[in-house]
Amino acid sequence: MVEDTRCEVSTAREDILQRVRAAIGKQAADEPVERDYRQTPSLSEGEKIDLFIDRLHDYNAQVYRCGPGEEAATIAEALAARGKTRILIPPGFPAHLLPTGPTFVPDTQLDYREIDATEGALTAATAAIAMTGSLILTHSETEGRRALTLIPDYHLCMVYTNQLVETVPEGLRALGGRRTSPVTTIAGPSATADIEMTRVKGVHGPRVLDVIIVAV
Amino acid sequence: MLISLFITCYNDTLFPGTGKSVVRVLERLGHTVEFREAQTCCGQMHYNTGYHPEAVTIMKKFVADFLDAEIVCIPSSSCVAMIRDHYPKMAKEAGLEKEVAELVPKVFEFTEFLTDKLGVTDVGATYPHSVTMHTSCHALRSLDCGDRPQRLLKAVRGLDYLELPAGDQCCGFGGTFAIKNAEVSTAMLSEKMRSVLDTGAEVCTGSDNSCLMHIGGGLTRQRGTARCVHIAEILASEEGDQ
Amino acid sequence: MSIRVGESAQAATFPKAAKKLLQNTQLRRNVRRATDTIRGKRAKVVDEMPDWQALRTAGQQIKKRTLRNLDSYLVQFEKACTAAGGKVHWARDADEANAIIIGIIQSHGQKEVIKVKTMTSDETRLNHALEAVGIEPYETDLADLIIQLGHDKPSHIVVPALHKNKSEIRQIFMDTMGLKELGHAPEDLAAAARNFLRERFLRVKVGFSGANFAVAETGSVCVVESEGNGRMCVTLPDVLITMFGVEKIVPSFDDLEVFLQLLPRSATGERMNPYNSIWTGVTPGDGPKEFHVVLLDNGRTKVLADEESRETLHCIRCAACLNACPVYRQTGGHAYGSIYSGPIGAILTPQLQGMEHSTSLPYASSLCGACYEVCPVKINIPEILIHLRRKIVESGGAALTERMGMAVAGYTLADSSRLGKAQKLVQLGRQPLDAIGLPGWSAARDLPTIPTQTFREWWKTRGAK
Repeated sequence: MVEDTRCEVSTAREDILQRVRAAIGKQAADEPVERDYRQTPSLSEGEKIDLFIDRLHDYNAQVYRCGPGEEAATIAEALAARGKTRILIPPGFPAHLLPTGPTFVPDTQLDYREIDATEGALTAATAAIAMTGSLILTHSETEGRRALTLIPDYHLCMVYTNQLVETVPEGLRALGGRRTSPVTTIAGPSATADIEMTRVKGVHGPRVLDVIIVAV
Repeated sequence: MLISLFITCYNDTLFPGTGKSVVRVLERLGHTVEFREAQTCCGQMHYNTGYHPEAVTIMKKFVADFLDAEIVCIPSSSCVAMIRDHYPKMAKEAGLEKEVAELVPKVFEFTEFLTDKLGVTDVGATYPHSVTMHTSCHALRSLDCGDRPQRLLKAVRGLDYLELPAGDQCCGFGGTFAIKNAEVSTAMLSEKMRSVLDTGAEVCTGSDNSCLMHIGGGLTRQRGTARCVHIAEILASEEGDQ
Repeated sequence: MSIRVGESAQAATFPKAAKKLLQNTQLRRNVRRATDTIRGKRAKVVDEMPDWQALRTAGQQIKKRTLRNLDSYLVQFEKACTAAGGKVHWARDADEANAIIIGIIQSHGQKEVIKVKTMTSDETRLNHALEAVGIEPYETDLADLIIQLGHDKPSHIVVPALHKNKSEIRQIFMDTMGLKELGHAPEDLAAAARNFLRERFLRVKVGFSGANFAVAETGSVCVVESEGNGRMCVTLPDVLITMFGVEKIVPSFDDLEVFLQLLPRSATGERMNPYNSIWTGVTPGDGPKEFHVVLLDNGRTKVLADEESRETLHCIRCAACLNACPVYRQTGGHAYGSIYSGPIGAILTPQLQGMEHSTSLPYASSLCGACYEVCPVKINIPEILIHLRRKIVESGGAALTERMGMAVAGYTLADSSRLGKAQKLVQLGRQPLDAIGLPGWSAARDLPTIPTQTFREWWKTRGAK
């Protein structure tokens, strides 16, 4: 039985590849791709940040700005504004950036139901894209595994201005060697347009997304 | 300039007034018009319905009839689109690539011929009516006509131009589509007629008599006075005509 | 062979189905309202992109490159995905794909699977196959949930329940979720779906997804979505099965930068959809412990073999052509008898399923070109519709009356003297034609009055002057 299955599988593979080759013919074809679309920035640093904030506001995200060294106070402010007192953090989130007051629970392989019972999560990001208001997470030690920013109903994300790019191509290229880590791009809170094509905020992912932009 | 008129098969049979108007306008502008009597059709109906060998036969005839013409002027956007969009590919099958490549750049739709080739927008017409314009899908998307017809209309004395809402929507004709999918075609037509009637215009014009026949055929069943008139007939009108 | 596109082989012809749907004023109002909204949104976010045409060109060329070298990209994907801890399966047709998926679920002793919207699984009728062996599939996309709970059929590629308005959706939820009370706002309906599915997301051990893109270079898979249900399905279960058509491959990771711009603006009129998930094989400590990919043919290599219509496989399933299509906007998607509706459905279904099953679809278009204009990867749909009509005619699939009519017209138009004689006949026949009318046409339109003199006759009299 086992051998039969294996034979069947390899036959399907060979059959499909054979059909593809028969369909496209023998000639190895190097079809040219013209990449005349925008891949470089055109805005000043200030304009870029303003655009990013504008896009985040479009998605109803609350945006906070602070300078270096002010992260802890800003985190405290953001959490207080949402009435959050107990927040999950990735295991590698820098302790010196955390304010006193709220309880921060490091995600040391909690099970999904435990995560579901928390008030929200605080993470860093790998990059952000101004044009689309996107945050990009590659789920590193400071960003946490994917479930951390998915199951809770609240996500507070901290991004540094030197991580912010203008265009989508720059954003994906900023991933560098981390592109084969799990990648999640986040543009606003979970939403749906399935009811009469109107964007409705909040379905399965976090219904509230706040962003702290830290100047560097 | 010696302008060869390709009247198209259905204008020849059903809308001779359009052809006469083209002649009147071009002669008024000081040009000589010839009509090559061997001409018949561009092959669009056969091509679009899937009858390619027949379409190729008709294309060969068109090429033979007009290859040595100086300019070919056609009062039908869809026939021009047929020639520009499909002849080059069909020519490969028929071994006529060279001839088609030579002929296609000499082929113009009537209004683009006036604006682009002759460089005129005021053709000396008078037409004291309110007019809206249905831009056919071929004029809009294949010929990329832009505002050329509107520029011509706005230069007509006495003409009150009214913009057609949802002007990029198909009227639902689509050749054999109106027969094969008559109910859907009718539903599309109803919307187009509503748009036309909403403008309150007396006349709905366009550069394709096929669409105008469709819209006009529906309008005569409606309460209201709007009627369809090909743009060439408006541009040919002079004071005292009506 | 069991190539299948949902239930399209049993569907009524387009004109027949359309006629019935045109009577449904509520449905038509819903479709009109939704497509108007989405068209407006799309136009706004496309107009703000000065490089939109350059993106379309790049998208088209990447797809072309993919298809011209598809065998090597598939092998490259398989190698990279396997190296990253994934397992790649190949399925020639619908039954083979379903059997592979059922085998994986059963090997884990599981009876439930959570699914994120996957067109290929609708093609293979996976849910039907799962239920037949006692496995329960849970659709998690809001629209798919509405369809599943309401025992309905999808009518749109991106928004399958577009034909339902919010009060109809509310009623379905009340009836099937056992709710005594439910608000009327879209937010209330979304919250109901969240509560209904949350427990399942946390409980079910097997997830199932499709893919919008799969990268040959890295073996990565990308799912584009809005609600977060996709992230749930590809992240939380222990076992993840992802199925996609062989044409979903893109050569390099950088190619995503083109499609992740084209797709959201074309599909939902957003600058970016809320979530994109991109993952590569298995990541220890994050997400599923086991990852299976099912590469599906199901007729695609047949489409690939026809150079004239190969670009049908460029489609990224944005459904912009549906929203733009004046025919779709009248009938909605059910008229097309397939999970793939609208202009792309009219060319894709017949090619995948087999021309004999859907000869009415290539005619379900006025060839207005609105679909081609909005297509983010520049598929010349009108040209392919004509190509398919040609194939139908060449295989003898056209009606006898049409073939005779076209033959007579072809003969007549080949010679101007024959045309002249025919014009005389038309003039003679004007009275009987006025009296009986033209079937279909004359129900809503008058025929033009036939002039007593043709243009060529007038020209002759003029010349004699």
